[in-house]
Amino acid sequence: MAKDELMNYEQALEKFEVVIGLEVHVELNTKTKMFCGCRNDFGDEPNTNVCPICIGLPGSLPAVNKRAVESSIAIGLALGCQIAPTGRFARKNYFYPDLAKNFQTSQYDEPIAFEGALDVEVPSGNKFTVNIERAHMEEDAGKLTHIGGSTGRIQGAEYSLVDYNRAGVPLVEIVTKPVYGAGAEAPELAAAYVRSIREIVRALGVSEARMERGNVRCDANVSLRPHGEAKLGTRTETKNVNSLRSIERAVRYEIQRQAAILAKGGKITQETRHWHEDRGLTSAGRPKSDTDDYRFFPEPDLVPVKPSHELIESIRASLPENPADRRKRLQAEWAFADLEFRDVVNAGLMDQIEETIAAGAKPQAARKWWTGELARLANADGKDVADLEVSPAHIAELANLVESGKINDRIGRDVLVAVLAGEGAPADIVSSKGLEVVSDDGALLAAIDEALASQPDVIDAIREGRMQAAGAVIGAVMKAMKGQADAARVRELLIQRASE
Amino acid sequence: MNEIIKKNASELVDLMASGELSATEITKAHLDRIAEINGTINSYLHVTSEAALAVAADVDRRRAAGEKLPLLAGVPIAVKDNLTTTDAPTTSGSKILEGWIPQYDATVVTKLRNELMPILGKTNLDEFAMGSSTEFSAFGPSRNPWDIERIPGGSGGGSSSAVASYSAPLAIGSDTGGSIRFPAAVTGTVGHKPTYGAISRYGLIALASSLDQIGPVSRNVLDAALLQDVIAGHDPHDSTSLPESLGSMAEAARNGSVKGMRFGVIKQLSGEGFQPGVKKRFDETLALLTANGAEIVEVDCPSFEYAIAAYYLILPAEASSNLAKFDSVRFGMRVNPGENATIERVMAATREAGFGPEVKRRIILGTYALSSGSYDKYYGAAQKVRTLIQRDFEAAFAKADVLISPTAPTTAFKFGEKVDDPLAMYLNDVATIPANLAGTPGIAIPNGLADEDGLPSGVQLLAPARADARLYKVAAALEALHEAGWGKRMMDFAPELKVGA
Repeated sequence: MAKDELMNYEQALEKFEVVIGLEVHVELNTKTKMFCGCRNDFGDEPNTNVCPICIGLPGSLPAVNKRAVESSIAIGLALGCQIAPTGRFARKNYFYPDLAKNFQTSQYDEPIAFEGALDVEVPSGNKFTVNIERAHMEEDAGKLTHIGGSTGRIQGAEYSLVDYNRAGVPLVEIVTKPVYGAGAEAPELAAAYVRSIREIVRALGVSEARMERGNVRCDANVSLRPHGEAKLGTRTETKNVNSLRSIERAVRYEIQRQAAILAKGGKITQETRHWHEDRGLTSAGRPKSDTDDYRFFPEPDLVPVKPSHELIESIRASLPENPADRRKRLQAEWAFADLEFRDVVNAGLMDQIEETIAAGAKPQAARKWWTGELARLANADGKDVADLEVSPAHIAELANLVESGKINDRIGRDVLVAVLAGEGAPADIVSSKGLEVVSDDGALLAAIDEALASQPDVIDAIREGRMQAAGAVIGAVMKAMKGQADAARVRELLIQRASE
Repeated sequence: MNEIIKKNASELVDLMASGELSATEITKAHLDRIAEINGTINSYLHVTSEAALAVAADVDRRRAAGEKLPLLAGVPIAVKDNLTTTDAPTTSGSKILEGWIPQYDATVVTKLRNELMPILGKTNLDEFAMGSSTEFSAFGPSRNPWDIERIPGGSGGGSSSAVASYSAPLAIGSDTGGSIRFPAAVTGTVGHKPTYGAISRYGLIALASSLDQIGPVSRNVLDAALLQDVIAGHDPHDSTSLPESLGSMAEAARNGSVKGMRFGVIKQLSGEGFQPGVKKRFDETLALLTANGAEIVEVDCPSFEYAIAAYYLILPAEASSNLAKFDSVRFGMRVNPGENATIERVMAATREAGFGPEVKRRIILGTYALSSGSYDKYYGAAQKVRTLIQRDFEAAFAKADVLISPTAPTTAFKFGEKVDDPLAMYLNDVATIPANLAGTPGIAIPNGLADEDGLPSGVQLLAPARADARLYKVAAALEALHEAGWGKRMMDFAPELKVGA
């Protein structure tokens, strides 16, 4: 494909105002599909979680999954939306082989949730309010695999396979209003917004929210207009960008690409675009016009969804704390510096640290273990620290062993490795391996005397005030004690000897 | 003719209970009748002899063992071929589904099986129930037992001709704009379109989801009521099915009465402009009702004038979407267009070859009616008319307990008479369509023979939503008054069927 001309990013922002709009699809983690009793698990053997309803056999009818409605209401409420007292499903008609009925059962003019807002903070600390237009329920399509082409796309493929396990999986689509005023931070805002959505649905427990598995998928709309221009520019919609980093890069790329075209007097084609993470660019998909004719009409096979006031209020009452409020509260409680706290948030370690502190660790100690040694070990193993299988209670126990001086930092790190290897609780490892710090003065003095015997000059040096000479003796004592000596006590005893 | 097949369902129940007849004898008699006449009448697209006899044998064995059986156990039945059955092909009268054997039974079929009713086979219909004559069936038309040169009504002409020709005592029909009631009128039989939602649509191959309703077809009112009691009820698979029970229809039919009832004659459907013989019989019926203690009032339903227009926008719109799934990908016919066979071309070639002319006409009409720019003008406007028709009904039912009209403007017409004139064909349903648009129940019963052609004419009774029992009560009484006047049953007027000609 032809390489796009890009304008320098700063220059693009100087010339144009960026407007973005985001559509996020959240796959719900209900046990069964949106309109039938099939298992909601599309990782299974293809076409095993299917029935007459989700493969659209003649005569079959949908029935709404109550749980999915409740999850959708929870998402709407968490985004500050109003919940519609009655809402109809609608059919979105188009032919495609992954769409069993050749229409998608969705919501059109009566979404279950509408008019919300989400406050989002970008890495610079700037905060933006993203207005939510609507959140509506719909069903996913099946999954197509194109065989025989070089690109994995339908073009050039010899044949295609369809897996309907995903057909009918419940989705909530969250659509923002146009987002103005983010300027140079528009790409970061797009990513931060999706991160917030992910956090919220995870906190609600309504989705696994894993982008790499497609539980959360984002379509990013980008348009540019000259500063001061009232009319919105032509937008492109970059589809299914499947990581936060890709969202940021894709938006930035579209800004630079569109700016180069507009600056030359060219026109933006209204179309969908595909993001290629490996090459760092977007390519044209299909033309998309505002008049795409899906022939929406109310779904006659379903009665309207009418959540009762009681249901809505009971869901509202059981909503978990808003993740942004929770962050604010926890940072204050833990007294972390902004940078420290941001590291914790970025590493996705808030839950772990909260639980570690709840298990008795001091906040700073909990933070240091998780963002320090645990992160290093996870990294060395190619894992995400948040995915390490270690209990916060163990980390709290470990932190307290060090804090109380029972073991020192270095031994603590060894104990951690043993804990991760599944050898048990830190205290048990310390006692079974005899790793406790030796603070018996008699044993330490014996070791000091032995070290001094082979380095007689050191005593004189200390007496003359050259304290750096002490290091060699302390090192020798530590070595003799296999690292389990309390170094500070060794130092004190050595100075005591020198003054005798 | 074997006298067994002339018995009504309620009579068969008694004869089995008294031990005079076995379910096997009854089922065999009907299968013999089908073998004798189906080549001529073409009521059945598929006959399921073995399965029917197996159920009958099971009923006889259980009865002999003293088991308590469901009321209609052993009474054979015919099922319209737009209901899914796992043991017989289900075509909906279309080539696109030829040979398709569904993976699941329709809820109604499951209920028939649970009732231990032997299913004789699947009956013919206009393709996807689009038509009033069965001339649009991909498998040839069914014939009217009163005159085989004439149509048996449609779309359910297979079910009506099966019951009228004694090749089934009962049948299942579906009614979207009159597909149960119009065939009943022209074959001298009984057909009821229940309140929308009274019977689960799960497994009914949809024509227009908001209008379709399954219902009973029979030779008398009590039989229809007995069958409705078997197939009615809420189904979690159909969220539009009513949560509450509408009561026992059989009990209502057994307590027939018109005394003190107010019958509303709809100004717009009083028979003006209808075939004279149809109109004459209708007026006589009004007189008969008055003579028996009923009150006749006139009601005005001005929006009924627009019912056909609204219906032919809403129906095609929903149908165009419902029929989109027939794309060759997962089931049914697949046509390979040869070179450059992309999925779009395979879909297009299959739909071109698999759908007949009326189906294509309505898909095109419906697709257009839903298109942006057309939606408000057509589909949206039609929905408003629908609301107005519902209001007309409400106003009418404030003045009358039931409404009454001729079921159809004419008696059975000849094959080919209207098949090339869609508008003339659509007008057959002028009296039946309003009930589908309003979701209200309607029953069609025989109303004597028209003088000019000696063919059956029908009378239709309409009630408010959920008042199906009221219709059975009134219809049973009117049927009894008619039979008392005629000295015999309507079907006894029918000439003997000559087959093999």
